[in-house]
Amino acid sequence: MQLAGLEPLVITPDTNFINIGERTNVAGSRKFLRLIKEGKFDEALEIARNQVEAGAQIIDVNMDDGLIDGVEAMTKFLHLIMSEPEIARVPVMIDSSKWEIIEAGLKCVQGKCVVNSISLKGGEEEFIWQAKRIKQYGAAVVVMAFDEKGQADTLERRIEICKRSYDILVQKVKFPPQDIIFDPNIFPVATGMEEHRRNAIDFFLATKWIKENLPGAKVSGGVSNVSFSFRGNNTVREAMHAAFLYHAINHGMDMGIVNPEMLEVYDEIDKELLEKVEDVLLDRREDATERLLDFAQTVQGKTKKNTKDLSWRENSLQERITHALVKGIDEFIEEDMQEALSQFPEPLQIIEGPLMTGMNVVGDLFGSGKMFLPQVVKSARVMKKAVAFLLPYIEEANKGKEPVKKGKILLATVKGDVHDIGKNIVAVVLGCNNYEVIDLGVMVPAEKILEVAQKEQVDIIGLSGLITPSLDEMVHVAKEMERNDFTIPLLIGGATTSKVHTAVKIDENYKKGQAVHVLDASRTVPVVGELLSGNNLGFIQDVKKDYERIRELHKNRRKEKELLPFEEAKKNKFQIDWENSNIEKPDFLGVKTLNDISITEIIPFIDWTPFFKAWELHGKFPNILDDEKVGEEATKLYHDARILLQRIERERTLKIKAVFGIWQANSIGEDIEIYNSEGETLETFYFLRQQTKKAPGVPNISLADFVVPKEKGIKDYFGAFAVTAGIGIERYLEEFKKENDDFRSILIKALADRLAEATAEWLHFKIRTNYWGYSKNEKFDNDKLIKEKYRGIRPAPGYPACPDHTLKIPLFKQLQVTENIGVELTESLAMYPTAAVSGFYFANPNSKYFGLGKINKDQVEDYASRKNISVQEAEKWLQPNLNY
Amino acid sequence: MKNEQLLKALKERILVLDGAMGTMIQQHQLSEEDFRGERFKNHPQPLKGNNDILSLTKPEIIKEIHRQYFNAGADIVETNTFSGTSVAQADYGLQDIVYDLNYQSAKIAKEAAEEFTKLQPDKPRFVAGSIGPTNKTASMSPDVNNPGFRAISFDELATAYKEQLLGLIDGGADILLVETVFDTLNAKAALFAINEVFEEKNIQLPIMVSGTITDNSGRTLSGQTTEAFLISLSHMPLLSIGLNCALGAKQMLPYLQILNEKAPFYVSAHPNAGLPNQFGEYDETPELMQQQIKEYLDLNLINIIGGCCGTTPEHIKAIAQAAKNYSPRPLPENFLA
Repeated sequence: MQLAGLEPLVITPDTNFINIGERTNVAGSRKFLRLIKEGKFDEALEIARNQVEAGAQIIDVNMDDGLIDGVEAMTKFLHLIMSEPEIARVPVMIDSSKWEIIEAGLKCVQGKCVVNSISLKGGEEEFIWQAKRIKQYGAAVVVMAFDEKGQADTLERRIEICKRSYDILVQKVKFPPQDIIFDPNIFPVATGMEEHRRNAIDFFLATKWIKENLPGAKVSGGVSNVSFSFRGNNTVREAMHAAFLYHAINHGMDMGIVNPEMLEVYDEIDKELLEKVEDVLLDRREDATERLLDFAQTVQGKTKKNTKDLSWRENSLQERITHALVKGIDEFIEEDMQEALSQFPEPLQIIEGPLMTGMNVVGDLFGSGKMFLPQVVKSARVMKKAVAFLLPYIEEANKGKEPVKKGKILLATVKGDVHDIGKNIVAVVLGCNNYEVIDLGVMVPAEKILEVAQKEQVDIIGLSGLITPSLDEMVHVAKEMERNDFTIPLLIGGATTSKVHTAVKIDENYKKGQAVHVLDASRTVPVVGELLSGNNLGFIQDVKKDYERIRELHKNRRKEKELLPFEEAKKNKFQIDWENSNIEKPDFLGVKTLNDISITEIIPFIDWTPFFKAWELHGKFPNILDDEKVGEEATKLYHDARILLQRIERERTLKIKAVFGIWQANSIGEDIEIYNSEGETLETFYFLRQQTKKAPGVPNISLADFVVPKEKGIKDYFGAFAVTAGIGIERYLEEFKKENDDFRSILIKALADRLAEATAEWLHFKIRTNYWGYSKNEKFDNDKLIKEKYRGIRPAPGYPACPDHTLKIPLFKQLQVTENIGVELTESLAMYPTAAVSGFYFANPNSKYFGLGKINKDQVEDYASRKNISVQEAEKWLQPNLNY
Repeated sequence: MKNEQLLKALKERILVLDGAMGTMIQQHQLSEEDFRGERFKNHPQPLKGNNDILSLTKPEIIKEIHRQYFNAGADIVETNTFSGTSVAQADYGLQDIVYDLNYQSAKIAKEAAEEFTKLQPDKPRFVAGSIGPTNKTASMSPDVNNPGFRAISFDELATAYKEQLLGLIDGGADILLVETVFDTLNAKAALFAINEVFEEKNIQLPIMVSGTITDNSGRTLSGQTTEAFLISLSHMPLLSIGLNCALGAKQMLPYLQILNEKAPFYVSAHPNAGLPNQFGEYDETPELMQQQIKEYLDLNLINIIGGCCGTTPEHIKAIAQAAKNYSPRPLPENFLA
């Protein structure tokens, strides 16, 4: 969805929750109503300005009141807004239940605004007519879940009305689906009425349904309604709003009207209160309402305004600083900075240390949808205040030091972006380290950056940005630098930037110089130091290598559109100089089953990082155990997992089994044939080739390229394997089920999955060092294994290099997997038990993982005819890879 | 039929739009009497400077200018109707002649276009009905002390545009060109009127929109950024969106790059011949302008290219020669027209 005031607001799936300001709504703000009634439009305008400054990304304007001439008030207020660039930069939401007021508003706004709202309440004819007009005015529209029979109050009714409205809009009116926003009605919960129990959860589920079934449509709503029963108890209301938003956003809610003053940070909600609130919102218990009401009594009166809870002031300095930043409290920050000055020898260390730590917590909460823009803006204010307090001390500390500057650095927040906290910190940090900093501020267009860079002869350009569109703007700056023959380094930083984006999008467009992503302010100084040192070639080489690797990895995921004809892709195969290759004959040929592998041997091969990821705890093992945020949770989980592992080890009920085969083999065109000792063909494995258009010198790879073509007359080899760690898991599952222990049920499944992966890793190790034996001297080192720093690959059917699951059929046949280790294939070719891995072995040192990417019909037809199946059948299995 | 030819041509090559009309008219050094002609001999107000009425009083001059541009290599000429709304003509007390003025202007241009199409059928020529911004703005107050005041309303603009449109369409315009947009709300009113006329007449003509970025702030006069401007006018299936006037080719480049990246339509540009000198004249030579346009072409930004203030058939000839050697900006995947 694209909206615009004086500036664009582009909403993509990656955009964070969009906050709609509601203060300029006569129904939502008594003060605003009074000002409008009294004709004090100037003061009313201040309300609009304040809310844009406080972070509202859209402002809702509503003049529906019996004593106000709505058409006149709407027209006058919008005219005034349009004359204030600071307000007019955001899009307007024209909010009215009266069509004539809506239309009057539409005639005042040059940008692309939103109409709030229309519905089927007055029948289809009126709905269609209004939608057509709105389309003609070029606005987006909020559609209420309301029809001739009334407002939708169940999940089914919400779905029914939204679907009907959507179909009418898209099919009859030809309304652009991306300009439709549904408001599926947020109603109060915990009212004591049985029929209100599912109000929140039905909203969540309706939201999810809309996002999954009505392509392009967005979801919005007014959040404060949900806590209507708890008027007067702000502690509970704020918790309810935060929890409601958290779940609504997870279900796909895109935007909404939220009062930032009435919002707690999700992670800061008292755990007991949160549980009771979520019991109500998610309708988890019969007595949820009673329990919340009871609990509410105990926090009654503890509202923020009356008694300020200052217990956090008792905590450590770091905790206080973090709390102040997360909560946006600037009252004590100078006091805390004063104290910090006595603890840190250099004032700069306070910024790099405790303040950055606190801001990182804010960043994490924001990124995970647990904090919202208005709150972040408050955090930034506290941060600015702290930095301002420290500045004189930093300048003082630098007095009398070597005045010669180490280099000139231009900093700018790119065009379209106004976030400058990170950039300002970088400027301070660099300045304190004796670099001359030219800070161009925010919203700086590329031309300006280049012009100043040229005029001032700067040594480095640093770009910053927080919002997603800034990424494109950074690419644009890079392209312009390339076009204007710049060669100086380009630093990229800011919350949405990433090494991947820098490597793939920015570095690729700036070949004449080097782009470097800097993770956070604290890393800027070492990076700049390296770049401006007399000899930076080594550093740049490392960055280049790193980015090349990232691009390669990324390529597998990138959506490609331009494909080569299959015949041409074949010609551009991966070339290996077979005549000069060393092909080791395996020590073992044939099929071998390993029953009852000792779990003790497998455990060291476990890669724990994905285990934590499965529990939505993100971070690398083992560091995650000490992580400030999730460390405690992660440690507990790891402890529980270890205890269960010990039990599995002791009881030996869970069996770990493997079967593998190594055969003499050759490639025949696109396929690989395996032979028995007599040289008779046992099986043909059919593979697919990348068809995406490659840069010159980059091949279109197929797995078949890693095996010697038959016509070369050289003997080569090829392997396959299947392992499982899931045989016997049912016994545990039954036991945990009996005990109602969901936690351990999930735990053992997650563990079995990790064990199966570990077994595959272990077996591959055995193959390399023993059975095939081409790397006999390889040392076991789990970290290296995880990073796949060994020779040879083990791609699995259904994964990027060979996405066709049907490859499992010949694999299972040749290895007799079901007979040998008890793993079966389901109808859709999934393996059961699920804790199983199967794949192929390629030993060639050149072999590597890659993603097939998109392929075209010419290849699919060829593939189908080789496999002797219908094209339709092939298409069914290759669906995600089809480019047509 | 014309529409299909236009779409086909746009796929194959960069199309060339004509240059300035006013600059060419000035060369004829016409007098008050020339402007009045027989028809407005007794009109109570002075008419010199009302270039649009020359379509009625000196049609041969206007037609000859169209021919000169076609000769220079233009694929599309604009009708002489930049101020052809009742809102703009009110300055001369001529709001009543609007339909006629637009009808005749379109007819003259169409006749010239057909002459050339007949001579060179493989290069069909087109007529774009020029729809200017009027001299009033719907988003801004002309009175600094009263920011809520508006000199014109959306409805008044839409009504005036509708009248102009009917003349242009009946006179034979192949394309509608809403140009020199300095206030997006004015342009929205024009699009609103176009939509109404299309529905009433049950027709569809290709629509070009061209905005004006007033200075290096990168914004329109009414304060929108280039991207906001684009978003605010993307609700109609436009043929093209672009920029014209106010800036020379060099200064326009960064904003065209934005359109190139974001626009789901073809992209057009008709810059001025540089920035005005201290006499208010545009004096960039055809050679220099060609050089700067080549920069656009190297970046593959353009589908339709022409000139605005100060450009002449020589400029257009130089631009056309440059454009010939380049392929057009590829059709965006999300093309809406």
